[in-house]
Amino acid sequence: MTKLIATFYAAALYGFIFLPVAVLVLFSFQGSLFPIPPFNGPSLRWYGAVLGDQRLTTGLLNSILVAVVTSAIATLLGFLSAWGFARFHLPASAVLRGLITLPLTVSYLIIGMGLLIFFNWIGLPKSLVAAGIGHVVINLPLCFAIVYSQMGEHQANIERAARDLGAAEWQVLTLITAPMLWPALFASFFLSMTFSWDEFVISFLLTRFDTTLPVEIWNMLRAGLNPKTNAVGALVFGVSIVLAIVFELGMFRKRAA
Amino acid sequence: MSALVSIENITHSFGATRVLSDVSLAIAPASYTVLLGPSGSGKTTLLSILGGFLQPGQGRVLIKGEDCTAMAPAKRPTATVFQDYALFPHMSIGSNVGFGLRMKGVAKAERDSKARAMLDLVGLAQSFDKKPHQLSGGQRQRVALARALVVEPAVLLLDEPLGALDLKLRRQMQDELKAIQKRVGTAFVHVTHDQEEAMALADHVVVMNHGRIEDEGSPERVYGRPATRFTATFMGESTIIAGVSANGMIGTAVGDFAAPQVTTHVAIRPEHVSIGHDIAARAVDVVYQGSFKRVTAVLQSAPDITLLARLPADATTKPGDDLRLTIDAAHVIALKD
Amino acid sequence: MSVSANTRIGWASVTPALLWTLVFFAVPFAAMAVASLYPKGGDGFSFANYTQFFTNPSYWRALTNSLEVTLIVTFLSVLLAYPFAWILAFVVPGRWQRLALMVAVLPFWTSYVVRSYSWLLVLAEKGVVNATLMNMGLLSEPIQLANTRAATVIGFVHFFVMLLTLTIYANLKQLSPNYRKAAMDLGASPLQTFIHVILPLTLPGIMVGAFLTFVLAIGDYITPQILGGNNELLMPQLIMMQIGRRGDFASASALSIILMAVVTVAYLACARWLKIERA
Repeated sequence: MTKLIATFYAAALYGFIFLPVAVLVLFSFQGSLFPIPPFNGPSLRWYGAVLGDQRLTTGLLNSILVAVVTSAIATLLGFLSAWGFARFHLPASAVLRGLITLPLTVSYLIIGMGLLIFFNWIGLPKSLVAAGIGHVVINLPLCFAIVYSQMGEHQANIERAARDLGAAEWQVLTLITAPMLWPALFASFFLSMTFSWDEFVISFLLTRFDTTLPVEIWNMLRAGLNPKTNAVGALVFGVSIVLAIVFELGMFRKRAA
Repeated sequence: MSALVSIENITHSFGATRVLSDVSLAIAPASYTVLLGPSGSGKTTLLSILGGFLQPGQGRVLIKGEDCTAMAPAKRPTATVFQDYALFPHMSIGSNVGFGLRMKGVAKAERDSKARAMLDLVGLAQSFDKKPHQLSGGQRQRVALARALVVEPAVLLLDEPLGALDLKLRRQMQDELKAIQKRVGTAFVHVTHDQEEAMALADHVVVMNHGRIEDEGSPERVYGRPATRFTATFMGESTIIAGVSANGMIGTAVGDFAAPQVTTHVAIRPEHVSIGHDIAARAVDVVYQGSFKRVTAVLQSAPDITLLARLPADATTKPGDDLRLTIDAAHVIALKD
Repeated sequence: MSVSANTRIGWASVTPALLWTLVFFAVPFAAMAVASLYPKGGDGFSFANYTQFFTNPSYWRALTNSLEVTLIVTFLSVLLAYPFAWILAFVVPGRWQRLALMVAVLPFWTSYVVRSYSWLLVLAEKGVVNATLMNMGLLSEPIQLANTRAATVIGFVHFFVMLLTLTIYANLKQLSPNYRKAAMDLGASPLQTFIHVILPLTLPGIMVGAFLTFVLAIGDYITPQILGGNNELLMPQLIMMQIGRRGDFASASALSIILMAVVTVAYLACARWLKIERA
């Protein structure tokens, strides 16, 4: 009896979770002009339209560029600061660590607003660079927190052993600490990538003509329901899932090794 | 023989807690020194100061006559084997062992051959290409040893190196450690709280308590003639009985014994108590230990005084039995406190 | 190596991150705070942007709308996610759990904008729900589902059920199975075990998840804008409207700071429970 209720409940939840995605993907293959029932397809005409749309392909490349570059910066800064705070007795360490993690508790909208006004004042024009700076702000605390949590006493001992055997500080960092924390660094980089890839409001506020894919998709929504939006949404979904699987396999292999 | 390492008047505190008080110690070349003590006795702190991971509040560390007190771990002629081994998890065993040579700029071919030779010495020649997680605890321990030895330190520091191993493996590794030490001829300084381990390994035992050296010397001397009450109870079991001393003797409830100076207690090892005729006692507890029976007895004249005896394994003594015991007076230890 | 050389290396490694946070987070925030005190078209320093919030009913309404929607969303999401996470953790056989969980959060990977758009497809006037119900003869006229508060709530709950399922599942799995065994062994029924043992032990994790839901939902612009439309405004919509339509940065700044103050109050209210986990 309990098992039956559980099965029914789980099925209902899976249904709820998958309903919109199923509808999205199904009607991306719609043959006619509107992504609403009845379904006449399958057709690939809207996928062709997406791939032929230069704004969308540019947006896609911009998104990838911003995601990779900002994640690399966030991971590097997060790693260095986590190492510094974990290994050296710095004054006011708790307060400074709090400052670094503070952006985690603030809405993207507010971070974007602040940067918009600040960049306005200092005269930095709206651009991918401006949005990228914002993406580092939101991802840096995350990278810091992930790496910092992995810096235990055992890791400190391993670094001590390297120093004892003659390694200089930069050698400890590059030959021991970074490779040893590779899973945490990989996770930081990857999570930053997904957050940056999906981020809308900061990019929306801080870019103008050359912008990221979520903003381009947003612009398409003004035209109402359109199978082309379905097609680009389904493509983004596909890419994200491939990345997620790569991440799973990567982490799994690391754990097994 | 001049000392390889001289520790001079070291005092160190963590905040308000004093962990080492005016500790001085000399370590001879090619010797195996064991720092023995309960947790909190300061033995690990002393080892950290020797290794250069900690700067002492006061005092000096001289190695080969050179003042190393403020020298970085890498610069001083010591190498440390860490309690958790601290092997580099992302490197092969060969790269782990060769790391110290790599830091000195030794070419790959040479450091590989030296690493192989050292792995051979610890019996792990075939594990050169493996990763640390593929080895057992005992094997990792040997890799950590090889990694520290390959840089040819003047002094090798071992921080509870056998602490993570199970009992059987620990006894086996003890023998290997001693054999390796004799083979390479490096001075080893080894920290442990296990007195059996200390006796099995040490040429020179240093018993520590509350940040001070209680006693030091050969294991035979420290066990047989402990200088303090703490040493008598920490190095093996003893019965401590109070007494009054006069005219070179100390009088106690179990008899009078020779006491060269003014003393207040005697310590009696259980193996020096046997069935005899002198002391009337009653057995209150008998524990069979395989090779002997450990008997706890109280004196019939003074039931508040307990005496431990080690009787033959085939003794028929049961709890409640009346016994007559004899103490081997030649081995009774008179203690100042 | 001397102590001061050591400290220098430490400072060198933490400074880039500190500077970045200071220049691109703390300073902009201060700039926003200053900007909010110089209203557009006004003459200099004034609290007008804050007082208007209490005098203009439509502004006040946006805040109460936001709070209502967010609280409903948080409550519904926890309510739906807990049993689901429970089933995944304890009913689904061990070797299928990882897969079942991965599948359950798969739509998490759709882009945020696309996810809201997908619900629009489902809820639109001629969308899947209306079309199905009309085909079945249950409806003669389409009902309005999109551009309502319900649509906003559905869109939010969809996202946060996935997020909370993940966090609650992790929480349930890290409990030692011995707690359950011990409680059962001592004569507790499954329900009693749940109420007296499992629920109190997972409560800190739930509070963290609920707080995260609250913070993310109350600051989100996309879901209410796409699914709720402009029939009733939530705070983020009002803020974006100040910039987009009126170019009033000062007012947008003031509203942002008020929004942040609300989140801070929520944090302080929850801090008691949020701390339990760290302890």
